[in-house]
Amino acid sequence: MTKDEKWEFWLYIAGQTPKSILALENITKYSAAYLKVKYIIEVIDLLKTPQMAEDDQIFAIPTLVRKAPKPFKKIIGDLSNKEKVLTGLNIRSITAADEI
Amino acid sequence: MFCNGIILPCPFTINPSAVSSIFMKQDDNVFPKTSTGIAGLDEITGGGIPKGRPTLICGSAGSGKTILAIQFLIKGITEYDEPGVFMSFEESAKDLTQNVRSLGFDLEELMLQKKLKIDHVRVERSEIQETGEYDLEGLFIRLNHAIDSIGAKRVVLDTIESLFSGLTNTGILRSEIRRLFQWLREKGVTTIITGERGDTTLTRQGLEEYVSDCVILLDFRVIEQIATRRLRIVKYRGSTHGTNEYPFLIDEDGVSVLPITSLKLEHKISTEIISTGVPGLDKLFNGGGYYRGNSTLVTGCAGTAKTILAAYFALNSCKRNERVLYFSFEESPDQLVRNVSSVGIHLGPYIKSKMLLIHASRPSLHGLEMHLLSLHKHIREFKPQTIIIDPISSLITIGSKGEVRAMLARLMDMLKMHHINSLFTSLNDEESLNYSGISEEAISSLVDTWIKMRNEETGGNRIRSLYIVKSRGMGHSSEIRDFIITDRGIEIMNAVSPVKKARRAREKAETFSENGTKHKS
Repeated sequence: MTKDEKWEFWLYIAGQTPKSILALENITKYSAAYLKVKYIIEVIDLLKTPQMAEDDQIFAIPTLVRKAPKPFKKIIGDLSNKEKVLTGLNIRSITAADEI
Repeated sequence: MFCNGIILPCPFTINPSAVSSIFMKQDDNVFPKTSTGIAGLDEITGGGIPKGRPTLICGSAGSGKTILAIQFLIKGITEYDEPGVFMSFEESAKDLTQNVRSLGFDLEELMLQKKLKIDHVRVERSEIQETGEYDLEGLFIRLNHAIDSIGAKRVVLDTIESLFSGLTNTGILRSEIRRLFQWLREKGVTTIITGERGDTTLTRQGLEEYVSDCVILLDFRVIEQIATRRLRIVKYRGSTHGTNEYPFLIDEDGVSVLPITSLKLEHKISTEIISTGVPGLDKLFNGGGYYRGNSTLVTGCAGTAKTILAAYFALNSCKRNERVLYFSFEESPDQLVRNVSSVGIHLGPYIKSKMLLIHASRPSLHGLEMHLLSLHKHIREFKPQTIIIDPISSLITIGSKGEVRAMLARLMDMLKMHHINSLFTSLNDEESLNYSGISEEAISSLVDTWIKMRNEETGGNRIRSLYIVKSRGMGHSSEIRDFIITDRGIEIMNAVSPVKKARRAREKAETFSENGTKHKS
């Protein structure tokens, strides 16, 4: 794990729905609090770019895809369960490893 | 779009002049239908599935759901110029393309022409974490995008229930699927949704609750090692439909459904007389032969010259320049030609001139329906004026009595509709005059003419004889006529008067008893 590695999240939404807004708030919050590496969060509104849904196999909204580092991770829902999000994205294990 | 014209002449087409006004009314009010392009299915449904609405097709694994669905799309494209979207939750586009290639469908070509769009929605539980609330808007967007990108009129969702294996929140799934069906209705696309059969419900997740317009059930059964596929319309709101189970087949041309019974008997008939091929036999009919389009059953035990009689009929048709299709279930074409040429019936030249086609196959090769379909197909392709099935009793051994009867009824209907003369031979296993084998029972009431052939043992000889049991619409001789077979063919003897016959029998009996007494004294 190199320090200059950059994490990349894509958050797929379909318009500004409460669930999508909540999901964006949540991932921003968790990243700021737990992610010690550089990261970017990209928001993709499928209402504007519907063709992108197929490429990332999106069917649920909101969906968060960790595009980097590989492998891809996919989390669906408003990300309100912090524990699940952190383990799902492997944020927990990295921070733990960094602490050691 | 409801249109009787697109379907084959079929017993289910409601002929307005022939039916009551009740039927007329229903026909007018019925909502528009979309032709599936699947042979037979449009007939059963009276024109197709509900236009612009979802239809559920359910069945167990391997029952042919996907093939039926994809054929619906392909026929839509090729025959009605309606582009289609196939949303697959199971197979990838590549797998799907490969799987249906054996059926002669080239999906790649259609995709290149922008007539078909396949979207594979991969739902893999191991790859997905669920946290918090979500909806399936992504799926809606994908589907909407796919539909709009090619202007699709037809959509297939195969099998949407896979979502349930990938996602845990069934509450969300159910409400979203309900919303999806509603959305499809509003979108106005004709949709087929496939569903896996559940233990007690039609589909595992009870999709039938959401699709209220049309539900079709596919079934795959193996009876005595022979598999039969069946289809049934469980529900068709606002439309009359056939309620039976209809056998259907998947072969190199895709799916075809065979309507099992016709609603009516309304074939046009002919009064033209055609020869039986045997001069002496013609004389036994008051009209001098069979009616055109007649169906004839020839029964008898082994070695009673049934095939020879059939060959005569075939030969005579050929001589009239009418094509003959001969289904042989016991002899190969060569063997048949050689054997009948030994009695002076030379079929060889007619095979060369393509007047006669002998189609030989083993009865146990397929189930009954497959045979019926192959009969249908050959009849469609060869367009014979006469068909011969020798012997039909071979087919009977591969199905139950009810099935056989249903199949024969369908076959007869089809032949009558096309004014095809038919002759069936049937093998009996007992030499009794009163004995009626399963085939006779199954078929004799369906045929127009029934000739019985028999061998009698008398005085160290076997005497061949035949008689006409029935002949619809024509008087006939009631005599039992002896006949002989020479290398020039069948020769029917002059009538033995009943009195003479009785005397002959008495004489025989007397000789016997005299001998008996002699021995005693």
